[in-house]
Amino acid sequence: MSSYKHLIVAALSIGAISVSSPAALQCAPVPDSITLNPNGKLFSPFTFNHSKHIQSIKECADCHHHTTGTLVLDPNCVRCHQNSSPTAVVSCKGCHSATPFSPETLAAKRADKQRYHLDKMGLKGAMHQNCIGCHTKVGNGPTGCQDCHPRTKEGAAFYSTNRKGAKPAHAEEE
Amino acid sequence: MKRRNFLKACLIGGTTIALGKTNKGYASGSFEGYPEAMGVLVDTTRCIGCRSCEAACNKEQKLPEPDTSFDDPSVFEHDRRPTAKAYTVVNRYQKEQPSGPVYRKVQCNHCNEPACLTSCFVNAYTKTQEGAVIYNSKVCVGCRNCMIACPFNAPGYDYDSATNPVVKKCILCYDTRLKYGRPPACVEICPQEALTFGHRADLIKLAHERIRATPDRYVDHVYGEKEVGGTSWLYLAPVGFDKLGFDTTLSNDPIISNVKDFLGMVPMVLSIWPALFSGIHLLCKNQEHGEHGHDTDSNQEDTKP
Repeated sequence: MSSYKHLIVAALSIGAISVSSPAALQCAPVPDSITLNPNGKLFSPFTFNHSKHIQSIKECADCHHHTTGTLVLDPNCVRCHQNSSPTAVVSCKGCHSATPFSPETLAAKRADKQRYHLDKMGLKGAMHQNCIGCHTKVGNGPTGCQDCHPRTKEGAAFYSTNRKGAKPAHAEEE
Repeated sequence: MKRRNFLKACLIGGTTIALGKTNKGYASGSFEGYPEAMGVLVDTTRCIGCRSCEAACNKEQKLPEPDTSFDDPSVFEHDRRPTAKAYTVVNRYQKEQPSGPVYRKVQCNHCNEPACLTSCFVNAYTKTQEGAVIYNSKVCVGCRNCMIACPFNAPGYDYDSATNPVVKKCILCYDTRLKYGRPPACVEICPQEALTFGHRADLIKLAHERIRATPDRYVDHVYGEKEVGGTSWLYLAPVGFDKLGFDTTLSNDPIISNVKDFLGMVPMVLSIWPALFSGIHLLCKNQEHGEHGHDTDSNQEDTKP
């Protein structure tokens, strides 16, 4: 009975969105692939196969929390987001800041006394934790840095890869 | 009678000054850090041991090329400590545990009341309002007291130059970043956001909130909140901190309280004692003289007739 009610609410809210802004429905198409790390300097940009992940995971909320309007599974999130309607923006960068520790972000966070999600992760942290976390748990996805994004020349210099195989200092002491 | 009063006054005055000094010493023990001090919260449950922080530190601080590349996992076979060539290192613990290894980043913890600063007699160290403990190599005489004093083994010494002594340690990227409100290089590069940058006061709340929200994930302790009077770097851990190479025997009192009482006495001893004891000495001497003289006089008087 309650799920029936939810359906009505959902239908009404979708109707409301379509009436108020028809563009919201138009931007709904789910991308098959997404270019991640587009401005990467140390690691090159790469293509994330979205459709493949949809096929294997099936549960949107696993990555998108409450934003897609599907059933929220996390018992902690359910307390507020049980009846959340889909949001206009569902991409990771829509909520997770690319500069979580910049003076501006920190100042805005301090000024907003009503803010609940004080510990919201930055974009890079959210993606790495989500990807590596799931890949480790399920055990069949890439977990190494270069398994997803190969290093650029600049990246190789940054990590001093040319010195690989050189003996660490403590080894020489022995 | 006058002498007795003078001595009394000296004693009372001396004691008051001594007590005054001691009380002042105790009062500064309650310093809880600058209110606007920044810090970093290290969540060891998030770290995957990629050593990107080490690479970022190396490039930001323009340190010499490492002995081996930053993606060489062989360094984890030994426990490392920060040196003059690497201000931060990542160590691996709990390798045999089924829950997987736990990685811990080590660097200067930027104490609220730094022991290095206390031990330095040329005042080479400064605790800035932003929370960083920075160092002035121009006045350093290379005594390395700070290296002995530091409870976290953070400062490293550059042994390459005998004439220009330089102690090197993490400065929280003060010159290039923190001064302008920006996070240190290691925080910015961390892919897992195992490092969270923010106001120290906010980070403490955040850390306790993480423990409250996911109690199975953490032990109920924030390392650095109270240790040695509090540090700007704070740690969360999935297992007891002693298992991750942390010194869990440290007191919550800052290192300076071990020496504060004694050091508070020094000015009193140096300024009051010489005057006091010379006074007493002179008085005693005079008294002896006077009495002796009187005796001789009376003796003389006795012998006269």
